[in-house]
Amino acid sequence: MASRPVPLGWHPAGPRAGWAVATLLVAFVVLPLLAVFWRASGASLPGPADWSAVRFTIFQAFLSAIFSVILAIPVARALARRQFPGRSVLITLMGAPFILPVIVAVLGLLAVFGRSGIVNQALAWIGLPPVQIYGLHGVVLAHVFFNLPLATRILLQGWQGIPAERFRLAASLGCQPRDVFRLLEWPMLRATLPGAMLLIFAICLSSFAVALTLGGGPRATTVELAIYQAFRLDFDLGRAAVLSVLQMAIVMLAAGLALRLSLLDGFGRGMDRVPRRWEAEQWPLRVLDCLVLLLAALFLLLPLGAVVWRGLSGLDAIPMQVWRAAWVSLVMALSSTVLTVAMALALAHLALQRRGVEALGLLGIAASPLVIGTGLFLLINPVSDPARWAFAVTVLVNAMAALPFALRVMAPALREIERDFGPLADSLGMTGLARLRGLTLPRLRRPLGFSAGLAAALSMGDLGVIALFADPDRATLPLQILRLMGAYRMDAAAGAGVILLAFSLLLFWLFDRGGRRDADA
Amino acid sequence: MLTLESLEIRQDAFALRADLSLQAGAVVAVIGPSGAGKSTLLNVIAGFFAPVQGRVLWQGQDITTLPPAKRPVSMLFQDNNLFPHLTVAQNVGLGIRPDLRLSKEERFAVSDALRRVGLDGYGARKPGALSGGQQGRVSLARVLVQRRPLILLDEPFAALGPALKSEMLDLVADLARETGATLLMVSHDPSDARRIAPLTILVAEGTALPPQPTDALLDNPPPSLAAYLGD
Repeated sequence: MASRPVPLGWHPAGPRAGWAVATLLVAFVVLPLLAVFWRASGASLPGPADWSAVRFTIFQAFLSAIFSVILAIPVARALARRQFPGRSVLITLMGAPFILPVIVAVLGLLAVFGRSGIVNQALAWIGLPPVQIYGLHGVVLAHVFFNLPLATRILLQGWQGIPAERFRLAASLGCQPRDVFRLLEWPMLRATLPGAMLLIFAICLSSFAVALTLGGGPRATTVELAIYQAFRLDFDLGRAAVLSVLQMAIVMLAAGLALRLSLLDGFGRGMDRVPRRWEAEQWPLRVLDCLVLLLAALFLLLPLGAVVWRGLSGLDAIPMQVWRAAWVSLVMALSSTVLTVAMALALAHLALQRRGVEALGLLGIAASPLVIGTGLFLLINPVSDPARWAFAVTVLVNAMAALPFALRVMAPALREIERDFGPLADSLGMTGLARLRGLTLPRLRRPLGFSAGLAAALSMGDLGVIALFADPDRATLPLQILRLMGAYRMDAAAGAGVILLAFSLLLFWLFDRGGRRDADA
Repeated sequence: MLTLESLEIRQDAFALRADLSLQAGAVVAVIGPSGAGKSTLLNVIAGFFAPVQGRVLWQGQDITTLPPAKRPVSMLFQDNNLFPHLTVAQNVGLGIRPDLRLSKEERFAVSDALRRVGLDGYGARKPGALSGGQQGRVSLARVLVQRRPLILLDEPFAALGPALKSEMLDLVADLARETGATLLMVSHDPSDARRIAPLTILVAEGTALPPQPTDALLDNPPPSLAAYLGD
């Protein structure tokens, strides 16, 4: 038999929509960047404060990456070699920080590590001085909170990639845990660790919300935060533009390196299998793994538990604005979800013919939201009041931020659908809407639902570009929480945090469920 | 009449020539060693693969550049002949209208076709709830409602057991006879060809030879076919 022939180019829905979206995307990244460059060229060179922001940005990202990855090693190893009830729940939980609003996590970390948090109460009880969460270590702590799970999942995939037969062979040769580490685990780690570290490093470089809440001051300001401050505090557009150029250079360099290693994959499929590990079947290692998993779970769950605990009692302290903000956020999240899914669908079709298009989606990550926001502000400002465009700009920037993930899930799925059923649909003359309704949408349901859930949750919890544009009447929920924190109304902030958390998780769950419902073979 | 006129097919290092024609209403097997290009030949006729040279003609009309759905062809593939997310009736209905907006008469035609293949009352089920043989029947019902004069089978029943496969082939041959359609089927198994196809196209050594009587060919195979048949 000859290999299955490649179908001719009679493809559905033409790639025209895809080209339109691609052009639009490039325009929405390039035009703001041009605006930023144009404005920056008229401004002064970066000063000492700006360079110190650059140094801090790189340093904190470096520390965050190192700590996340090193701490993830024992956690991933324990998950890789132990089967226990609740294991899959724990692995699912490891995916949760991805859709967790940053501001809620910060509230949780404050409740545990903050001035009157659990840790400091315990320290005071045994007579030790309190720890301080603000500054470099707070920023790194929050980043580790977000990225330890990500690193764990990446490493766990590495572990799962080691064939079970190798462990059997090692056991038959009488290998001890140390030998297994040297022979099997270390080579895998050596291949996986640099990529994981680079990815987390790149993610932490654009840290804004964490730096805004836990950093600040001349000693703990990231470039993204400095852009925001130049904007909101000094309204120095020239300086914001100069900082934007710096940020762009940093992020593109790191993102270019990290994305080359292509680790956005694998939202946790096929992690159920646990190969038997003879060498690890001894009590000291069992106790060790158990302890590691308990600590990791505690580290991840305690802050969330604390914010929920405090928030539930703070629910009645919530001012009216919070509910209005929740409504704004919800409408915003749903709008950018629709936009993300539509863009991803169009680009995925285009990517059937031109695979390079998938990389286009990464623009949203490579150019940081605040840089794009700055550029759009510069573009809009001469013509109209930017605050009036806050809604549209935020929806667009949020959609662009979720796009790479949606595309990463949908493009391969669509390719599979076309490979399996394209010829049949072609031979039946299913084109345009008929193909979309009869073939593409029904079969794409799962990745579509998942992508929509992701986009909704990300947009719901986003605290980025909205901070540049927002006027008081149209604050989103995360921004409202930030204001409550600024006013030291922590109970109300926690209450609003619980609402935000509930909305984010609910949106993700609803969309993801919707995609799975009644999905047969 | 189906005519393949000085056809030349290339895909990387693979090449195949064909210069032959079939009478309308003929039932023809396509036989040859693995990798000789049997499926590719069918895919060129169906419009899934473009030849580098030559023409495909149906009743004297050039169809070489028509898209698959515009050709007078119903094709059954090796697998994925049904959409698993659609019901049996919807799968058959797609043969009438790809957007599934069926009139009352058209819906009646669907259930009629299902009755004809022995699946009366199965319309509301999904393919996943059917056996392999029943799934094959559903795709045949769709071929029936498509009413195309040329039916191409790329071993759609290869995964079925021998008895079931023969049963399906008999059913196809019956349907083709009833509708007067021309049937072209790829086969690995010489007994399939003997069973329903009086004529056979041998595809070997880069050429698809004109159809010749199946029994004579198989009784007295040329070396290239003999090596494949192994006797």
